[in-house]
Amino acid sequence: MNIFYSVCLVLVILSMLGLLYRVWKGPSIPDRLIALDAIGVMLISAIALLSILFDTPFFIDVILLIAIMSFIGTVSFSKFIERGEIIERGSDR
Amino acid sequence: MDLIADIIIVLLVVVGIIFTIVTVIGILRLPDAYTRAHAASKSATLGVMSLLLGVFFHFWWNEGHFSIQLLLGIAFLFITSPIGGHLMSRAAYVAGVKPTELTVADDLQEVIEQKRTTAKRNTQED
Repeated sequence: MNIFYSVCLVLVILSMLGLLYRVWKGPSIPDRLIALDAIGVMLISAIALLSILFDTPFFIDVILLIAIMSFIGTVSFSKFIERGEIIERGSDR
Repeated sequence: MDLIADIIIVLLVVVGIIFTIVTVIGILRLPDAYTRAHAASKSATLGVMSLLLGVFFHFWWNEGHFSIQLLLGIAFLFITSPIGGHLMSRAAYVAGVKPTELTVADDLQEVIEQKRTTAKRNTQED
């Protein structure tokens, strides 16, 4: 079983390398943002496989943490692309 | 019983890996940002959810550890990943990324033009 999980981990890491090619080459900024978001999702699966391989359930918290961080990063960066600022200034100055 | 549990876990993990690889092929080969976001948000989400479900069953059946965090992670990914894809596609459209040459209809263009003209008029009136 360990060999199976190791092969799965290698496949996930190769997929992340393929997405890194898109981050490096992508013609526009949103392309790079999409590829980085998918890299975050694949990092989650890599950590899940690592926690099986190391035979410990203590890495599971990291999965939830990375999911939240990746979502916040995606939302703030797409807001920056769309409006030019992340936290807007209030109208009552 | 152990064999059936192992078969279910391996099936879920294999489905997750297959969807991950499909995501990478889609992101590398599709022509523009919107089709790439379509590939990334749907297929990557389903792949990681299936893989996390396999890991959850592994820790539950083989180790006797029922982890709430994994279920929470699956639910959180299911909620937030389509929202992230929607926000990225809308940011790409507003930033002026052109769709591919094969596009036949673009209904969003007029709506955004209309909104921009009304916003400009409102600022002039103020």
